[in-house]
Amino acid sequence: MAIRQGLLALLDEGPAYGYALKTLFEERTGGTWPLNIGQVYTTLGRLERDGLVESAGQTEAGHPLYALTAAGREEVSAWFSAPVPRERAERDELAIKLALAITAPGVDVRALVQVQRSESMRVLQELTRLKANADSEGDAAWLLVVDRLIFDAEAELRWLDHCESRVVRLAAARKKHRSAAAGTRVSTR
Amino acid sequence: MSTPNGVSAMGTGSGVLVLADVTRVHGRGPTAVHALRGVSLTVGAGELVAVMGPSGSGKSTLLNLAGGLDHATAGMVAVEDMDLDALSAAQLAAVRRRHVGYVFQDLNLIPALTAAENVSLPLELDGATACIARRQAREALAEVGLLELVDRFPDDMSGGQQQRVAIARALVGDRRLILADEPTGALDSETGEEVLRLLRARCDAGAAGLLVTHEARHAGWADRVVFLRDGAVVDETAYAVTPQAIATSS
Ligand SMILES: Nc1ncnc2c1ncn2[C@@H]1O[C@H](COP(=O)(O)OP(=O)(O)O)[C@@H](O)[C@H]1O
Ligand SMILES: [Mg+2]
Repeated sequence: MAIRQGLLALLDEGPAYGYALKTLFEERTGGTWPLNIGQVYTTLGRLERDGLVESAGQTEAGHPLYALTAAGREEVSAWFSAPVPRERAERDELAIKLALAITAPGVDVRALVQVQRSESMRVLQELTRLKANADSEGDAAWLLVVDRLIFDAEAELRWLDHCESRVVRLAAARKKHRSAAAGTRVSTR
Repeated sequence: MSTPNGVSAMGTGSGVLVLADVTRVHGRGPTAVHALRGVSLTVGAGELVAVMGPSGSGKSTLLNLAGGLDHATAGMVAVEDMDLDALSAAQLAAVRRRHVGYVFQDLNLIPALTAAENVSLPLELDGATACIARRQAREALAEVGLLELVDRFPDDMSGGQQQRVAIARALVGDRRLILADEPTGALDSETGEEVLRLLRARCDAGAAGLLVTHEARHAGWADRVVFLRDGAVVDETAYAVTPQAIATSS
């Protein structure tokens, strides 16, 4: 799931060939999710079958290039604007999505973080309600499991706060850097 | 994605607490700080609303305005249908004493008074007879599970017990609006949870609660979580039951 979406997100930035996508994906997600090249080609095949990707000629060296179709571009913007369902087992999708979003042009990362935060908070509220209504002695074992899910959701929310503050800091640093650069240009004129 | 300010689904009737397009600016001119920008929020009877946001986003300012401890620069704050800005100083003080309970991180318990005396003091200041004040204080302390400790002094209690005394003081009498700013402070996670259970119980019994917290686990007790950023509401969650979501999350 996350590989599929990740490849689409990378292709949204321009056509690429299989091996380049593998390398890009690994670079942009900090090498945390190594891909094998077979997986990349199988996924590209499925994406082409589903009408999200189409072939776009080849590189000088003869590697086949892939590009997004209009449907593919739509899928990418839907992915970046919807929360990853808290219920889904494959939580890494969220980490992959944020890693890509931070460097993708034109993605509002704070909005993405907030959408996810609301989703996680909603689940945390539901879990807490279950816990509030439980009988603390009769359901003791089950309550421990609910607590485990609650702490899990809390950890995700704290991580989201952390991501947001990092994004804000990065943006401020870039702005400073840009205005400093503009300053130099002015002074050398 | 952002929720338009002020759209807070409220069922019927007006809320116990209503903030309409509230702005609070500290200072003026180029150094003015916009602590709140056009915030609207309604908290109804029986409802617990949590406010979350990064440090400096305006959470405490919001709570202080709701409790009549600070004045809005623009917009309206109403408690039980009384526009706080339209009240005289004496009327405002009476609203604060009778309708609003405050739980702050800094407990402000008086060391020379017992638990029961700490809780009954605000009632006596408000003119209740010593007998009635003492009875209500015992009721409030029983509600927070401290009936056995009514005659203890704060210094002879644990942090969690002191916090419960502070909550009893906020709940004593028939306060319909409970305001809590990081009420779990430095408490351990079990004790912190007890505090939330107490707030939740009081809201289930009909009070309106507004809770500021940076702990998601505590905000989880609320019916609604409002997210503040740079003084504005950016998003809001509503509690909705989806049992299927729970079943598949384990
Ligand atoms: N009395 C004051 N004078 C000037 N600025 C203030 C005052 N109180 C709060 N602020 C500013 O208003 C903003 C919101 O503060 P506050 O409500 O305390 O935020 P939070 O509780 O979310 O940390 C901050 O930028 C803070 O510095
Ligand atoms: Mg504060």
